Amino acid sequence: MKRFTSLFTTLDQTTKTNTKVAALADYFATAPDADKLWTVALFSGRRPRRAITTTKLREWAAERAGIPLWLFEESYPIVGDLSETIALVLPPPARDHDDSLATWIARLRALDVETEEARKAAILDAWDQMQPHERLVFNKLLTGGFRIGISRKLMTRALAQATQRDEAELAHRLMGDWTPDSTSWHALIEAHDATADLSRPYPFCLAYGLDDEEPESLGDPADWLAEWKWDGIRGQLILRGGEHFTWSRGEELVTDRFPELARARDYLPPGTVLDGEILAWDGTGPMSFNALQKRIGRKTVPKKLLKDAPVILYAYDLLEQDGEDLRDTPFAQRRARLETLLQDLPPEAPVRQSPLIPFKSWDDLRETRATARDARAEGLMLKRKDSPYHSGRKKGDWWKWKLDPLTIDAVMIYAQQGSGRRANLFTDFTFAVRDGNDLVPFTKAYSGLTDTEFRKITAWVRKNTLQRFGPVRQVKAEHVFEIAFEGIMESTRHKSGVSLRFPRMKRWRHDKPVQEANTLEDLRDMLTHYG
Amino acid sequence: MVLQFKPQGIYCPAGDFFIDPWRPVDRALITHGHADHARPGHARYLCTAAAAPVMRHRLGEITLDTVDYGETRQIGGARVSFHPAGHVPGSAQVRVEVDGEVWVVSGDYKTEADRLSEPFEPVPCHSFITECTFGLPVFTWTPEEDAARQINDWWAANAAAGTFSLLGAYSLGKAQRVLSLLDPSIGPILTHGAVENTNVVLRDQGLALPDTLHVTPDLKAKDHPGALVLAPPSALGSTWARRFRPASTGFASGWMRLRGVRRRRAVDRGFVMSDHADWPGLLSAIKATGAENIYATHGYTDIFARYLNEQGWNARVVPTEFTGESLDASDDAEDAA
Repeated sequence: MKRFTSLFTTLDQTTKTNTKVAALADYFATAPDADKLWTVALFSGRRPRRAITTTKLREWAAERAGIPLWLFEESYPIVGDLSETIALVLPPPARDHDDSLATWIARLRALDVETEEARKAAILDAWDQMQPHERLVFNKLLTGGFRIGISRKLMTRALAQATQRDEAELAHRLMGDWTPDSTSWHALIEAHDATADLSRPYPFCLAYGLDDEEPESLGDPADWLAEWKWDGIRGQLILRGGEHFTWSRGEELVTDRFPELARARDYLPPGTVLDGEILAWDGTGPMSFNALQKRIGRKTVPKKLLKDAPVILYAYDLLEQDGEDLRDTPFAQRRARLETLLQDLPPEAPVRQSPLIPFKSWDDLRETRATARDARAEGLMLKRKDSPYHSGRKKGDWWKWKLDPLTIDAVMIYAQQGSGRRANLFTDFTFAVRDGNDLVPFTKAYSGLTDTEFRKITAWVRKNTLQRFGPVRQVKAEHVFEIAFEGIMESTRHKSGVSLRFPRMKRWRHDKPVQEANTLEDLRDMLTHYG
Repeated sequence: MVLQFKPQGIYCPAGDFFIDPWRPVDRALITHGHADHARPGHARYLCTAAAAPVMRHRLGEITLDTVDYGETRQIGGARVSFHPAGHVPGSAQVRVEVDGEVWVVSGDYKTEADRLSEPFEPVPCHSFITECTFGLPVFTWTPEEDAARQINDWWAANAAAGTFSLLGAYSLGKAQRVLSLLDPSIGPILTHGAVENTNVVLRDQGLALPDTLHVTPDLKAKDHPGALVLAPPSALGSTWARRFRPASTGFASGWMRLRGVRRRRAVDRGFVMSDHADWPGLLSAIKATGAENIYATHGYTDIFARYLNEQGWNARVVPTEFTGESLDASDDAEDAA
């Protein structure tokens, strides 16, 4: 565990990618296999089941520290991280230990069957053997949040360095449904891959945003294919060995959430893997994201929802055919094979092809893009005809050309401190639109400002608080912000009657007085147009 | 009341003077030279002899009278004396006695001894006006030697890799404390002007600091490989710092105890070192005064006062314009450590 803590600390202490990769590679080259396997699991979001509730951890930590629980609770938002708060309030350890990461995890899992008293004794005993750094890591094992700025890609690169294996191949091996219990370091990383898990997906190929660039910068339009960029859930449908598996981009197995896709087995042969968008489909076209949203997060789907918001896979790429990995085949050819494969499917099949958009010039495409909202799309995807299907995000071959977001000028009325990196800064704001002489709150936003701007607004909030409601401060209605968002829908939960998708602060409108902020009527107009 | 809280600052009616006032007044008693305590514009100043050189350096031509630690002055109806606060060299707590009732203003203080500041002395009193910059139980400092070892190890590793060590520390107090802990055998020590100016003043006063080299515009970074460069935190990301490449950056502050803050500062290394009392330090200092009434001036005042009240003290929060060790050191808060 000391080696893992030292890795964690090094990763946490540097902002330099090369130092991170080197630290990881060094760890993977030297740590015991069981620890390495757990490390890969933890850094790819596979964590041990939470053995103890955070409520209990707080109580025990406060008790051990000899402070009242309220004082612990007040300290937590200032530190911004529960594991860290616990690590910091506890008294110095009485002794030391030399047990491995895997040993500690096994010990934690054994607590599952113990009484609460035994659990408490075990946790207090563990804390008493660890320095604050190590406690922090241990608490993260307990509470299960290992977000420390190590991307999957970075870890895979380090793994490739340490094992002298191909990075893309490793990325593929790390995908799918394994846990440290179901595999071993050897099986996962080193063994010949013939017995690969049937459900294993390919790493998704991701696109960069075109942002402020114009498509002209991509060169000859004849080298490119264009499709709509759909507003659904990116998914991979795998048909192998008579079974089917659906994976979301977040590498979550969502097969059971979209039972409609099971019927794909009736129409497509085993050994087929499709990349596409899971969309709610009304029989003739995609429904709004709002319809699909009702199904997100549901493990089982009630009959009514299946009827109201049935889904299909709108396929745009063919990654495997007859069991053959096609990812190195140029996109134009994969696309042609996809079309041949899907062209004769009847309309009731749960898989369709997302159509290509014909164009001759970038200007043609510019016109088409302007109509994306009518097509219920977010914009366009541009894919180079000769591009392979990359593992992960790689600049150059795939581009998102999204519509500009919707925007509205709103007044900040409440502020709340952030946590973690943003602890002690006011970063979470509630915004309102004008309605006569009233201000009606309609959205919260947390992102979009620079650190300097957050510091500035924090200083301002401290001096301009009108009232406190627990952690929330009501501030003087003085500052106007341009709020950008991707969609708007009706909502009965909000006083304003609307809710926004992905709202963020686009600009701090120092130039606008409150009287020039948008109104509730403006917001309702947007709902009529874009809802 | 021996002391009152006025818009200009903490006021003693019996002696008609203020302590660390933030608006211009006739007579100001100053605990130490940091900018949030020693402000310009007062007609008359009084501070310890040890704090005077820095005061003059920072405030220029001022009417300044000095006292030694422990020396008693009668000002009007008040008996006044200054006592070591352990915060920075020359820093003091101010004791004010009127008709047998004693109040103490802590200024900023640190209970752990360092190699430069006069060590903190608890002063018995009835009412204690205390800072609580780090008044939360998550703030407990490890011994100074730990930070010293970490900094020297970091520096040595950087020097071996041909990398500069760019260390941010407030220019009065923290910077000199860091200097006193450095191992000069590792390499040369370079200083930013703001740090060096204070070094000159304190060396003149007789403080022992290792040799440093002032970074002037014509200094060539490559002539000083493996150097540790000591600069105010705000200089770390500036064009000034760019001549030192490649560099690893570090920041020495009590706030480095929190990962979130360290990450926000985006420095490579955070060294936990504060010139303020930690949680146990605050509580032990308060106990040692024997005071019944506690006034919390700056820091996590609400939480701290609530805790003290629960523990049986009569504690209150007093709004002031002191900033303590600034969390996001911008230029104006630069010195407030």
